[in-house]
Amino acid sequence: MEVLHEGLGELVGWHDPDENREFVLHNKSRALKDKTMTASEAVASFVKNGDFIASGGFGHIRVSMNIIYEIIRQHKRNLTMAGKTAVHDLDLLVGNGCVNKVEVAYSFGHEVRGLSPAGRRMVESGKCKVIGEISNAGYQWRFLAGMMGLPFIPSRNLLGTDTGKYSSCKVVTDPFSGKPINLIPAAYPDVAFIHVHRCDIYGNCQIDGIMVEDFELARCARKLIITTEEIIDNEIIRREPWRTNIPFYVVDAVIEQPYGSHPCEMHGKYFFDEEHIAEWLSLSKTDEGVRQYSDKYIFGVKDFDEYLEACGGLKKIAFLQKREAMRVPLVTPWRK
Amino acid sequence: MANNQTARYNMREFLASTGANLLEDGKSVFVGTGLPMIAGMLAQKTHAPNLLIIFEAGGVGPILPELPISVGQALTCYRGIAATSMHDVMSSCQAGFIDYGFLGGAQVDKYGNINTTCIGDHALPKARLPGSGGANDIASFAHKTIIIIGGQSKRTFVNKVDFLTTPGYLSGPGAREKAGLPSKTGPYRVITQLAVYGFDEKTSGMKLISLHPGITIEEVRDNSSFDILIPDKYAVSLEPTDRDLEILRKDIDPTGMLIGK
Repeated sequence: MEVLHEGLGELVGWHDPDENREFVLHNKSRALKDKTMTASEAVASFVKNGDFIASGGFGHIRVSMNIIYEIIRQHKRNLTMAGKTAVHDLDLLVGNGCVNKVEVAYSFGHEVRGLSPAGRRMVESGKCKVIGEISNAGYQWRFLAGMMGLPFIPSRNLLGTDTGKYSSCKVVTDPFSGKPINLIPAAYPDVAFIHVHRCDIYGNCQIDGIMVEDFELARCARKLIITTEEIIDNEIIRREPWRTNIPFYVVDAVIEQPYGSHPCEMHGKYFFDEEHIAEWLSLSKTDEGVRQYSDKYIFGVKDFDEYLEACGGLKKIAFLQKREAMRVPLVTPWRK
Repeated sequence: MANNQTARYNMREFLASTGANLLEDGKSVFVGTGLPMIAGMLAQKTHAPNLLIIFEAGGVGPILPELPISVGQALTCYRGIAATSMHDVMSSCQAGFIDYGFLGGAQVDKYGNINTTCIGDHALPKARLPGSGGANDIASFAHKTIIIIGGQSKRTFVNKVDFLTTPGYLSGPGAREKAGLPSKTGPYRVITQLAVYGFDEKTSGMKLISLHPGITIEEVRDNSSFDILIPDKYAVSLEPTDRDLEILRKDIDPTGMLIGK
């Protein structure tokens, strides 16, 4: 097959499919065993300096924030992150010096709330490197190729653009149609963390609402940490097996953490904490502000439960639940 | 809008209603964050109640009760027909089910190529912007792509985008097909605070479709680094109706977070 163009982006998280099958054979257990642990244990066991990491959800939606804070608390360094619409999670990790390389589909912005002061400052000063560009569908399909155990997946996006040129994709002539076709390399993140509505102690998960990319990400990640609003009995999983979005055999750790996506949204349960996001957007304008934020909300608390107290506790949670149900009006404190 | 306009509406309200007017009932639209979402909602609440709104993270066919902040939040499938995944909706887009893609941008050139990645050099940019998000995908796959650029100026209507994030007609006629992009796709309209533009069939260059009330051809030319084709005949853009404005202010964006107060 003739290679027409080769992207300039650094190829991260790719493995030969046979090498990955070996990894799966020896490291992903098919035994039904209790995987519950604390966030601190999971991050200490599974996140290594230099890893390629990916976070589930989308932007400020259903993000495993307790794992993000724990990575910062444990001072992990030189991480590469999948910027697969990674926003608040990435901003905190870059601002705190944990992530210094990003492959970007959408990063350094908070959608209508504005751009990320911290992430942009680190990129514009060269402290954080963008090692490749890609699109949202492109990233999604990196995970799809990974979960299928394939080296790449063909696609018709990214063609003819600088996004394609700075990606790690290759363009070839399609042997069937004779037209140029883009080949998106598989991604197998070293570790991924996904927050779900409920799962059992083995890691069989149910997610309400949109899956975004988590069906594929869960199945291609080499290590998968699940955080959950609640742990449910295995019998409940078995009663409605069609609701299982992620099966236990791709899961390595289960952490029960109610409100574990805060300040991000959890479909049907609680809304974005706009006041908290606004506080971060304001403080993160300076390195000193990032330190202030992290001292208060990450290093100054022992775990996520204490963090939630610092954010306003039950009263705040009750408000966010009402907001998600549209029983109280939207507040937009990040507006200039 | 021109300074002599009465204060019946502001520029963002105008952009939203102009965008909404381009969308048809019974068609599908893939909307990005910000004004495209508002335009889709306004169309749904006025002339296009059966407009199929699709969000890149997996929300399909919602009846939107309030303006989402994010293209992934729960509202994006509120009273929808499916809460699915990015793989599902992007595959449908690639397979040809999406009529309109609706995007914003920081810079655009005469072929409708968009930059949302960086200003200056890619390795060490003057300004780092968020990147493609779903824009490259939507503009590659949708049958027709609509672009909103709120502030048309020589800095946003450029000869060459600093980074070609999202494909317009690339280097001109036939370039999309030559690159392997789906045939008969590409930018359809560009909406700015001054005018609505389309693309010339022969040259694929941007051309004037309608001038907003009170705007002159000189203003259009003075606010572009490239030559915009001015045909002999062009229209005057429709202004938002009082009903449009009431829906925008009361139902869609009561906090004014996107349309302003």
